[in-house]
Amino acid sequence: MIRVVLPTHLRTLARIDGEVELVLEGQITQRSVLDALEARYPVLCGTIRNHVTKQRRPFMRFFACEQDLSLEPPDAPLPDAVASGAEPFLVVGAIAGG
Amino acid sequence: MVDGEHLGKLKREEGMSGIRVLVGTRKGAFVLTSDGKREQWEVSGPHFAGWEVYHMKGSPADANRLYASQTSGWAGQVIQRSNDGGKTWEAPGGGVTTSPEGFPRGESNKFVYDTTPETGKPLTTHQFYDGTQHPWEFKRVWHLEPSLSDPDTVYAGVEDAALFRSSDGGKSWQELPGLRGHGTGPKWQPGAGGMCLHTIILNASDPERIFIAISAAGAFRTDDAGKTWKPINLGLKSQYIPDPAAEVGHCVHHLAMHRSRPSVLFMQKHWDVMRSNDAGESWQEVSGNLPTDFGFVIDVHAHEPDTIYVVPIKSDVEHYPPEAKLRVYRSRSGGNEWEALTKGLPQRNCYVNVLRDAMSVDSLDPCGVYFGTTGGQVYASADAGDNWAPIVRDLPAVLSVEVQTLP
Repeated sequence: MIRVVLPTHLRTLARIDGEVELVLEGQITQRSVLDALEARYPVLCGTIRNHVTKQRRPFMRFFACEQDLSLEPPDAPLPDAVASGAEPFLVVGAIAGG
Repeated sequence: MVDGEHLGKLKREEGMSGIRVLVGTRKGAFVLTSDGKREQWEVSGPHFAGWEVYHMKGSPADANRLYASQTSGWAGQVIQRSNDGGKTWEAPGGGVTTSPEGFPRGESNKFVYDTTPETGKPLTTHQFYDGTQHPWEFKRVWHLEPSLSDPDTVYAGVEDAALFRSSDGGKSWQELPGLRGHGTGPKWQPGAGGMCLHTIILNASDPERIFIAISAAGAFRTDDAGKTWKPINLGLKSQYIPDPAAEVGHCVHHLAMHRSRPSVLFMQKHWDVMRSNDAGESWQEVSGNLPTDFGFVIDVHAHEPDTIYVVPIKSDVEHYPPEAKLRVYRSRSGGNEWEALTKGLPQRNCYVNVLRDAMSVDSLDPCGVYFGTTGGQVYASADAGDNWAPIVRDLPAVLSVEVQTLP
């Protein structure tokens, strides 16, 4: 089971309480996690990744296991701790402003 | 057949029972409601708290069907829809799918420019701030204009400038690519707020005719329901562009039209208040005795087609009222002769702005006029502008105000 933590705005938008739990088969990657997330919550399409290019939106970042994974290739395997559900995959809105 | 004006009179005689003011702000949406007296108001919200709501508007064909443009620099564009007058909202095509197999077709937020060969491969670059050509990039929906007859059909004006239409209640959107593709696209350029299509005017007497306006490209008209478009900017003069009388490139801030007289248009340009008597074929300046003719909003009285309203702003650098006095100016002659309306409005130390979509009128008699400010006030006048009072004073900066007159 994959655990995904979304920022407040997106949890409110998708009417999600707490973490999202996704059951995935095969290799666990950013792409497979986000595909499954958007499959369950279609309203999130376009909010984390571009609708067409599937590129990460500029102010959305991905973290797990205290690592910034935002610039990792979308098909790179996520850490084992994410794949096992021991650690969540974090979608974070970049902090900006003063 | 009962035409719009006659229907309006009938409803006035019967006594309309309520007003709903839809307010989009920098940090959410608010719905303000009152009975026909327009004295006591209830405020609900914020809806979509923390998100920018550029615009909300109700369907003329179903007063309880509302559309809202919810947007964020982080998470992009979301279209919201209400079927109960704003009490509850849903993202069309959203919800939760129970099966993760297969990719969803939740298309509610999807605005993709049409570049297919079948529609003529619309031009895909426009002029950027530095004069170079830049590809069109979707950013947000500035304005939603529901169909006059079908609650499920709605138009969206977007940044970068283009016109989209949904015929399934906001679930899926298709561009009307003839606008971007008609030939002048490479000369369009962003204004300070971005390159946005911010005004859409539909026409009850001729459904094939639509007016739109873009900052900074100008005004455009279609006479075939959006297949083909023509610039309608003859007579505009803008000193800040290389050719002040160019066919396109003008920073039009807003257009207004009275439904009973669809060939007469009023325009608040960056500078200059303009009028056209021939559906935009030509324009004449009607700024007259205004203290400054810079501004954003312009609107028309519900029952007097020659009574128009603007809120002069000092300049394109100083976005606040001249002399720090918030004044609505009214012309009862379709322009040129203006009177300041000040009763109930702050006349000292006022430094707010009134943005382009932040004024609207109701169709009661006397006509109600409403506008919102970047300081978070929404002012209302129940007597066509003679007297004003704030409905609310401390909302986030107001981006848009629309009014529904409820049966």
